[in-house]
Amino acid sequence: VLNRRCVEAAVMTGLALNCSINKKSLFDRKHYFYADLPAGYQITQQRVPIAVNGSLSYSLCIDNKMSQMVTKTVRIKQIQLEQDSGKSLHDDTRSQTLVDLNRAGVGLMEVVMEPDMCCGEEAAAAVRELQLILQTLGSSQAVMAEGQLRVDANVSVHHPGEPYGVRTEVKNINSIRFLAKAVDYEIQRQIEELESGGTILNETRAFDSKLGCTVPMRDKEGKQDYRFMPEPNLPPLILYDAKSLPANMNHQQVVNIDLIHERLPDLPSVKRAKLVERYGILPEHSFTLLNEDGLTEFFENVVKQTQMKPKKVIGWILNDLLSYLKQHSLTVKESPVSSFLLADLLNLLEKKEISSTAAKQVLAELWKGEGKTPLEIVKEKKLELIQDQKELEQICQAVIDGQENEVIMMVLG
Amino acid sequence: AALKRRVRFQVSAALKEGHVTPTELCQRCLSLIKSTKFLNAYITVAEETALKQAEESEKRYRRGHPLGVLDGIPIAVKDNFNTAGIETTCASNMLKGYISPYNATAVQKLLDQGAVLLGKTNLDEFAMGSGSTDGVFGPVRNPWSYSRQYKEKFVPKSHSQDEKSNWVITGGSSGGSAAAVSSFTCFAALGSDTGGSTRNPAAHCGVVGLKPTYGLISRHGLIPLVNSMDVPGILTRCVDDAAVVLGSLAGHDPKDSTTIQDDFKPFELPNVADVSKLSIGIPKVTFKSCQQLWTGTAADLFKNAGAKVIEVSLPHTCYSIVCYHVLCTAEVASNMARFDGLEYGHRSDMNKSTESMYAATRREGFNDVVRGRILSGNYFLLKQNYENYFIKAQKVRRLIANDFVKVFRSGVDILLTPTTLCDAVPYMEFIKEDNRTRSAQDDILTQAANMAGLPAINVPTALSERGLPIGLQFIGRSFQEKQLLTVAKWFEKQVKFPMIQLEEVKRHDHDAFQHQKSASFS
Repeated sequence: VLNRRCVEAAVMTGLALNCSINKKSLFDRKHYFYADLPAGYQITQQRVPIAVNGSLSYSLCIDNKMSQMVTKTVRIKQIQLEQDSGKSLHDDTRSQTLVDLNRAGVGLMEVVMEPDMCCGEEAAAAVRELQLILQTLGSSQAVMAEGQLRVDANVSVHHPGEPYGVRTEVKNINSIRFLAKAVDYEIQRQIEELESGGTILNETRAFDSKLGCTVPMRDKEGKQDYRFMPEPNLPPLILYDAKSLPANMNHQQVVNIDLIHERLPDLPSVKRAKLVERYGILPEHSFTLLNEDGLTEFFENVVKQTQMKPKKVIGWILNDLLSYLKQHSLTVKESPVSSFLLADLLNLLEKKEISSTAAKQVLAELWKGEGKTPLEIVKEKKLELIQDQKELEQICQAVIDGQENEVIMMVLG
Repeated sequence: AALKRRVRFQVSAALKEGHVTPTELCQRCLSLIKSTKFLNAYITVAEETALKQAEESEKRYRRGHPLGVLDGIPIAVKDNFNTAGIETTCASNMLKGYISPYNATAVQKLLDQGAVLLGKTNLDEFAMGSGSTDGVFGPVRNPWSYSRQYKEKFVPKSHSQDEKSNWVITGGSSGGSAAAVSSFTCFAALGSDTGGSTRNPAAHCGVVGLKPTYGLISRHGLIPLVNSMDVPGILTRCVDDAAVVLGSLAGHDPKDSTTIQDDFKPFELPNVADVSKLSIGIPKVTFKSCQQLWTGTAADLFKNAGAKVIEVSLPHTCYSIVCYHVLCTAEVASNMARFDGLEYGHRSDMNKSTESMYAATRREGFNDVVRGRILSGNYFLLKQNYENYFIKAQKVRRLIANDFVKVFRSGVDILLTPTTLCDAVPYMEFIKEDNRTRSAQDDILTQAANMAGLPAINVPTALSERGLPIGLQFIGRSFQEKQLLTVAKWFEKQVKFPMIQLEEVKRHDHDAFQHQKSASFS
């Protein structure tokens, strides 16, 4: 039985990726025997998938300094719905394989990209953007480490002007960082292989994160005939839009593409543009804000609670707050300094009650999370900026008085 | 004893009025099952649970709140429907000892109406066959083999032939269900119909066999043979009973995406029907059927009642056997892939590698027929063959289905054909040909209805020269079961098919007793 939510998620994702949604798509059985495939076949969409011909735009920094960003596009070939298999856990010490069937049959969405990317960095950036889009849509939480987003990289090399070379498929990539590494390693391996007169096999390789290389995968046989057959228990999936929806159709029985389109939330690219426009921050700032879970919200909350200009606030967010969090491997949600506290501190700075150096000291104290307010810390450490002219003169006089000899030396030259 | 011969409506009335209690009824059926054990109609008899269900039913009757007409009625279910807590084997080694954790929707619906499940009936392994002879629990014997009508006509062809070894087959693959209904051990039974598997044994056993329109009754929990053709089938002793059972089974099931969404309204059949406005079509056939004579007689009956009877042409039906062979084996190959010995069912001791375990398990678990179909099916699904076989067969299937559409559009209401080529053959003769040859022969008249998804029903018509039942088949328009059953009921009334006279039951009881006595002496 088809899961409605899966269909909606696929349509949302297809629309977000500028795809054409196929109003009629079909389901097929893909047959092969494996311990984690209890039915002996997987239901997928081989003939007509639910969405085709889309595109995904992503940005990269030209150099490492985040000062120049360039936009690239990768074409989306198709999005298809299919079933997940179970999980195989290989226990080599006891020569056995444990099979967990709990996730067998759960709905998956496969996004197939065209080979428009040229290196690990591009692949990583593209997948990162996809991840953000999926999270924004709610289609998936897309956490790679949890297997919610799985990425297989298909890599090939060729001389400029010549057709694409033989590709290998690289699996077992568990993070975006590893994706970049795996792709770059494989590119290098293939170039070396070809330059030494060898050939590339159309094979499946696994990425070994410990060694940082790809290795041929065991128990993946040669070309398999999957004996595709239409899935007889699932009728063709028909989707409607406002125009094609029959008048007397029960709305709970159908998926309306137009309705889904209307309900699409702001995509990351739109969100970033809005942040730049509203707060006057730089585009690269908006990328960092969106990249970190909860950071945008934190930033906006601080801005709301302080008179300091957003352009200045952003510095504190990205340089001070973020680097501290990174140092201690904390997420924004785990920050001992709340947006309220930070705003409080920035207000003191803005009102010139403390200097910026003092502010940094206060912040260092706040990290300890002892529950003190910025004002309390300022008073404790006597960090207040002295505004009173007379008081300042008194202090200076006291210093000069205490250093008579040095003063005479200075006056004499 | 006379009680059993009554059809269910009358039994329902008897239950309601307290003339008989559900427990008494259940016990009588269970005891009759025991004394007809030689028929081998049942694989599992669920005595304990049946009696419990009967008890519950009795309580409801005493309170004056029975669930409906089916409350307390003993039924049997073909052993390819999942039944919670009761073994489901499909007559195969692969599922011997398998206890399902859930009830098929059709089973659940009957239980929800208070029906009493007596047991699971025998079949051809995984419903592949037309004789109910190829299951691991042995063949089913047609109760008519032991009827006075058959014995009177029986002429041994040689000295070696005697009455005892010359029993005839039930037909298949729902032979157990047909035999159970025919021998009065239950009032209705569930079968399945993919190429004729409900109508064929119904014809041979002299009972009503209904194949509903595809998509009307849920297949959830019916272990699939050919997903695009399977339907649950209903076997009863009269057409009215079939209508009642249909009423409790039909309707959308969210667990089966191939069931239609429309609401189904259960109906009662009129006692008097006017067939004069009907147009009955009789397809031209190129093969000889022993039943041709009866089709002619039936046609006359309709004509005399004022109906229009015309000959119609279904030009592509002659290709349905080969078309069915390709599509059926392809889906079988796919559906059988789940039996790998890992999760449930039989697992071989071979453990050198996963692949060798799969191979050994499947070789040990499946019989020749099943393995043969899997191999054929996989052949047709290979990339290089897919276009030429599978796709082509799909196209031919469309042509066959369109033949029916054309005929019905031209004004014909119901089609009339014999159900089988001949009456039931003796087992010894049947097994001389292999399963595939037999299926190809026996399914020829029934299969096309599965191709087109149309409703069809076997109505017992008369006895053959050998004293065995002959049935005629009516095929109706999609989802027009009411019209189909109305015509069938009218016909049933006209032909007054004789009741089976089973003497063997008493005699066998006596034999068993004798045997026991002599055993204690030695």
